[in-house]
Amino acid sequence: MDAPHIKAGQTMNVEAKETMNVEAGQKIKFYQTGTLTVGNRLLDEDLRTVQASEERSNAITSGHRACQGCGEALGARYALDAAMRAANGKIIAVNATGCLEVFSTPYPETSWTLPWLHSLFGNAASVASGVAAALRRLGKADIRVVAQGGDGGTTDIGFACLSGMFERNDDVLYLCYDNQGYMNTGVQRSSATPPTARTATTPAVGTAPGNIFGTGKDVPRIAMAHGIPYVATASVADLHDLERKVTNAMQVRGARYIHILVPCPLGWGTVTNATIRVARLATESGLFPLFEAEHGEIVASSPIRRAVPVEDYLKIQSRFAHLFRPTRDDAHLAALQAIADKNIQRYNLLRNDHGNDARKEAA
Amino acid sequence: MKTPIQLTPPKGPVELTLPKARQIEGSRAIAEAVGLCRPQVICAYPITPQTHIVEELSAMVKTGELMDCEFINVESEFAALSVAIGASAAGARAYTATSSQGLLYMAEAVYNASGMQLPIVMTLGNRAIGAPINIWNDHSDAMALRDAGWVLLFAETNQEAIDLHLQAFRLAEELSTPVMVCVDGFILTHAYEEVELPTPEAVDRWLPKFQPRQVLDPAEPITMGALVGPESFSEVRYLAHRKQLRALERIPELSAEFNATFGRNSGGILRTYKTEGAETIVLAMGSINGTIEDAIDELRRNGHAIGAVILTTFRPFPYASVAAALKNASQAIVVEKSLTAGMGGPLAADVTLALANTSTPVYSVIAGLGGRPIPQASLESIFERARDRELPETTFLDLHWDAVNQAITKELSWTPHT
Amino acid sequence: MFQVRIHGRGGQGVVTAAELLSMTAFTEGLHAQAFPSFGSERMGAPVAAFCRISNTPIRTREPIADPDGVIVQDPTLIHLFDLFGGLSKEGFVLVNSSRTPESLGLSAILEKLPTGHVRTIPATEIAREKIGRPIPNIAMLGGFAAMTGIITLKALAWAIHTKFPKALAEKNIEAAQAAFAAVQHAIAGEPIAARGEELMV
Repeated sequence: MDAPHIKAGQTMNVEAKETMNVEAGQKIKFYQTGTLTVGNRLLDEDLRTVQASEERSNAITSGHRACQGCGEALGARYALDAAMRAANGKIIAVNATGCLEVFSTPYPETSWTLPWLHSLFGNAASVASGVAAALRRLGKADIRVVAQGGDGGTTDIGFACLSGMFERNDDVLYLCYDNQGYMNTGVQRSSATPPTARTATTPAVGTAPGNIFGTGKDVPRIAMAHGIPYVATASVADLHDLERKVTNAMQVRGARYIHILVPCPLGWGTVTNATIRVARLATESGLFPLFEAEHGEIVASSPIRRAVPVEDYLKIQSRFAHLFRPTRDDAHLAALQAIADKNIQRYNLLRNDHGNDARKEAA
Repeated sequence: MKTPIQLTPPKGPVELTLPKARQIEGSRAIAEAVGLCRPQVICAYPITPQTHIVEELSAMVKTGELMDCEFINVESEFAALSVAIGASAAGARAYTATSSQGLLYMAEAVYNASGMQLPIVMTLGNRAIGAPINIWNDHSDAMALRDAGWVLLFAETNQEAIDLHLQAFRLAEELSTPVMVCVDGFILTHAYEEVELPTPEAVDRWLPKFQPRQVLDPAEPITMGALVGPESFSEVRYLAHRKQLRALERIPELSAEFNATFGRNSGGILRTYKTEGAETIVLAMGSINGTIEDAIDELRRNGHAIGAVILTTFRPFPYASVAAALKNASQAIVVEKSLTAGMGGPLAADVTLALANTSTPVYSVIAGLGGRPIPQASLESIFERARDRELPETTFLDLHWDAVNQAITKELSWTPHT
Repeated sequence: MFQVRIHGRGGQGVVTAAELLSMTAFTEGLHAQAFPSFGSERMGAPVAAFCRISNTPIRTREPIADPDGVIVQDPTLIHLFDLFGGLSKEGFVLVNSSRTPESLGLSAILEKLPTGHVRTIPATEIAREKIGRPIPNIAMLGGFAAMTGIITLKALAWAIHTKFPKALAEKNIEAAQAAFAAVQHAIAGEPIAARGEELMV
């Protein structure tokens, strides 16, 4: 193993390392391997996170105007720096209108340190396709193209352009930052808004408060239906996994899609330091499964480590407050749990290391 | 008066007096002209009557006749112009074409392209905008987006259509602003007539490699399309306005340079036809000018002092040039294939403003809407009535008054159910 | 100027006929303009196409209201529409049919025009025989060439070669030649005074 990178002036505790690495080949399970703490510096370089490196590109750097606790700013930083590393710093980013675009480019300032283009709300995928075509014609195909937008700009107004890009297999990595609503314009409902969620256009009033059941789009599965080379879901709750998936996506050419859950404290009604926690609960409840697919077939999924009922996830978000107060809405809670259970079954999320359903083995 | 055509002995084929000229479809001519300009990214969505242009281009790319070019089949016109925006921003010469409903579907992108000053060239195969749906020629599509900040040029013939595309790419890239070349749908796009296409070498000398003013490049990263607030927006708009005024200066210069290079007088702000000593001057855009010129010849033979202004540059509207061209006329007649409901002809409105400091009356003639044919005899009748001061301010040419009156009567007699 | 209107139904090559006519005239050193009366692409629907031929450059764009020649590729249109409106007194009419003009109901037109200016040829049959498909347009042009002398077969052959791949072009030329010969044969059987030798345009 190579010696870990040591900054000039620092010393390393050699004994401590030898103590931990008791036998050659022993597997050390560190859940915190994606951070600057214990695990990262002891890992092989190629397992370390991009963000842990001083050489990360900081594609989106400080000074942007995102809210405190913004999941999208966090996700964008991890995703783009990973893409930049994979592409040796040669990325052009095309951004849809939305929170990310607005808070990152208040003229005359910009947070972007890479070449970046914002055109319209619904055309990021098409514009990115055009950039990719131009680069091919100019003999600069080593420069890679990333398109990014929120759920609104991707699943709704940008859907036609997205599908066109998928269908043509244009060489673009599309990143969707899903905070489950049109947040920049004041928290309105999108086709990514989950059932029962309160938004400004699905208010928590009347006999059927919040967003309606039986609506919405599962864009990752729609992306899979196009048969494109790579589709993945990711979350800011597992940033190492997000980086890994972006890196995977960058290894291939053609249309690729990563759908990233990025909680919005304002829109979701969570405290601003709970962003990562609520994202983790989304995954651990089964409501936001993490998986990868290639050419329409699931190839990997992340098992749930510590399953939680959906209620644990819902009750810390005031956009779901009406499910609990003034009375418990057992029917809708059960319906939401059913969605989670279906995901768990479909993606085999409750399995032990042998791949079998952990619940069955315990019984 | 007619002149005899020699029937015997007939001339043989192949020995052409104009070896460079060819008898081809307008769409084919435009496609070849665009091809000569070496576009690098072409993206298009089919819509009548532009379809033949993009079909030809796709074939040219597939066979390799048009090299170093990608032809992308997109899923809508909105996507088409968006792809062009991305390609242009990344430093490639980009082109697309559309008509009518397609132009409206990409409307957001049309403003986006001019706002970001991307030198995209687009062919607009003029077609009526619905409802009611109508696939035939008129100028309502160009009128719908006339204030979107694109330079709008109108071709009178397919030869001029070729020439304007060559001039458009030069103008667009020089000023870094998008340019639309308007070509009457079907009437020009689907007509076979003689045209002359310049050689690739000549066009390469005329149109050098695209050098973008600003480009997306990892070596020198920039942010394009930032959020501009009240403190800076007006200045951005003023600079765009100034650029359009600069276009008005460059257009005639480019036309002169084109003439010197290719030996043809085409493009420019406007042309005049027999306006010397003309009391009445007719102004129009596009292919209808051919019929107008024939009408003018006929009326001149009968002693009518009449001439024409063929307006090529519609946006930015060249107020000074139009006023100068109409200076000595006692009256102007604007014939246009467009109408603003409840008001009248938008082109007539622009011409009236150009003549605001004069007392010259402007007669507006709305003709050819939705592809209604415009017979020469009908135009002559209008022009004569104008000379005789018998023309109302606004005239709808050849309207079927019986049908109109029937519909009005029916509408007036409708009563709601009680 | 010599103006031709071609009438037929979608799928019979009416538009191509006008285009070929214009290309033929062009290669003879004349100016020519061809355009369809535009409509959605639909097989079987009535279609008209126009062609102007002139010594001088053609500027006008109006549809042809006063043709010097009318070619009718589908005789079922004769009694449905006014195909001969505006036809010049010295004009020519060529109808695709194996029947006589009289039996097609064209007696009134026969009276108005000079002798020999109204003819029929079985263009569909000629096309089936020579090309293997019932598309009469090229045969009609061949017959029209013989009838009016406005274009030559040689020039028409050149235009056909531009439009069609070699094998198909040659078959089409045969069809044109056969129709040309048929009309010439008919002319030869008529009194000399009936033929129009010079066309004032």
